[in-house]
Amino acid sequence: MTYLSKTIILVAGLALAACTNPDRFADGDGSGTGGAGLSGAASDPTSSAYFQQAVGDRVLFAVDQSTLSAQAQSTLDAQAQWLMTNSDYTAVIEGHADEQGTREYNLALGARRANSVRDYLVSRGVADNRLRTVSYGKERPIEICSEEACYTKNRRAVTVLAAGSVS
Amino acid sequence: MIRSFLTLLAALTFWAMPATAQENSGPLRLEITEGVIEPMPFAVPDLVAESAQARDLATRIARVIAADLSGTGLFREIPAEAHIGRITNFDSPVQFADWRAINAQALVTGAVSLDGAGRVVVKFRIHDVFAGQELGRGQQLVGEEDGWRRIAHKVADQVYSRITGEGGYFDSRVVFVSESGPKGERAKRLAIVDYDGANLRYLTDASTIVLAPRFSPTGDRVLYTSYETGFPRIYLLDVADVGRRALPTLDGTMSFAPRFSPDGRTVLYSLTQGGNTDLYTMDIASGASVRLTNAPSIETAPSYSPDGSRIVFESDRSGSPQLYIMEARGGEAQRISFGRGRYGTPVWSPRGDLVAFTKQAEGRFHIGVMRTDGSEERLLTASFLDEGPTWAPNGRVIMFTRETRGEQGEARLYTVDITGRNLRQVPTNGGASDPSWGPLQE
Repeated sequence: MTYLSKTIILVAGLALAACTNPDRFADGDGSGTGGAGLSGAASDPTSSAYFQQAVGDRVLFAVDQSTLSAQAQSTLDAQAQWLMTNSDYTAVIEGHADEQGTREYNLALGARRANSVRDYLVSRGVADNRLRTVSYGKERPIEICSEEACYTKNRRAVTVLAAGSVS
Repeated sequence: MIRSFLTLLAALTFWAMPATAQENSGPLRLEITEGVIEPMPFAVPDLVAESAQARDLATRIARVIAADLSGTGLFREIPAEAHIGRITNFDSPVQFADWRAINAQALVTGAVSLDGAGRVVVKFRIHDVFAGQELGRGQQLVGEEDGWRRIAHKVADQVYSRITGEGGYFDSRVVFVSESGPKGERAKRLAIVDYDGANLRYLTDASTIVLAPRFSPTGDRVLYTSYETGFPRIYLLDVADVGRRALPTLDGTMSFAPRFSPDGRTVLYSLTQGGNTDLYTMDIASGASVRLTNAPSIETAPSYSPDGSRIVFESDRSGSPQLYIMEARGGEAQRISFGRGRYGTPVWSPRGDLVAFTKQAEGRFHIGVMRTDGSEERLLTASFLDEGPTWAPNGRVIMFTRETRGEQGEARLYTVDITGRNLRQVPTNGGASDPSWGPLQE
């Protein structure tokens, strides 16, 4: 791979990240996570940008489910490895649901999803005091169409990094 | 914000009437049944302005009374253009022939004046046109000038209840979530309005997500869920001064779905710990919580029976969300929903006989009602997304959230009669969701 094509791929990666990073909600101090967002270059393997793009910060779920698919487990294996290497970070795992459900049930469902990610990361060696969970239910869809193409991306749990201690 | 509502001084003082006073048992009667009904024609001419400054109010109060009655779908207004008779003196005998000629079965007459202290004084009478007599006794209401809409609602409540035999619901308020901004980052604020959408007032700012407010039984406090700390947590807000406080919680948990007990002293809510959601109660005064359910399934969206003895709630312990009833102290629960589909957000009716719910089946959402034993399920609405029913104080009407589909999808409040008739949108300034219908005001 030439230097030029590598640069192009990297730029493309950043552009993609920019448009799929609405999880830092714009409503005031509401995130409660320190709002790490993108910090550092994605080429820096210790940066949260690298975690988000190269490791993969989210896993998806089937309708009404909180079980982890093989693909989700492989993403979380990589997350766990990264978190153990980069022990300065803590994380809030956000659980989300699609809009096909009532508000309060979806809050509880999102909490289940966030917790199954947390449990998995802990089982892979991440210290549980570095992880917190929160559910947004159906309040913060990442995709806003009312089709399965969007719902499938909204049924997610996102591992959001922050520097420093959780509690 | 300063509370500027009227105090209805000497509210509903019975007004001394001449010999025409009737017992509350006139022949004018509207039975609300399940069948299709023909709305009862009525007339509400402008009130008689007994002081020059009251002229505007004379029209505005009559319009609110007429809108309340027409809005039920049970009454049909005969517009002023069709009136033959004129009411120019509140105490002169009504020329019933003029009102029979236009087929007005019910006639509401009134007079309004401003007293020395600037208060609005409204007198009114309800007439059974075809019987040629009054229905019940005339009454007088006194209130602050900026509370004139409440006086009009109280008159309409009297008309409604004397003719239908049911309690009224017009002098009531709704707390809800006002929504703005794009679907992916909706801004949400608590707001309070009269039942008809008038007199909107915001109770919180848009700095954080707020969800699912619930009125206290007396309408002076609101429980809701807020992400103020970054994590869902229950807050208690005083409606008059909008002071709020977070209720105690355990670190590392989420608490949400709060409801008042009928005596207003206890909060019934969901607490999520380790990904598992169960039902708890909290004594508001002491902050002490008691766990009611202990299952690996989701237990949420609870609602007390009006006597506080039982709780209906939503659980997916059977594999999909369904409705269950248990004793208020917890214990074994009986499943009551058995139809095809998923059931949620059960709300016990103020009369105690029905449970309203959200049902999701075959890609559509419905608001429905069933008896508390699960029998006689009836679906009242259908759309892409209907959810979150709340009962009018008299148990005849349900308000709920309807959200439209797609990128431009937006939530609005609707009402529907428990017969399934008379679906109407509640006017709100922009998007609106999660209504909680408060009690009839004192």
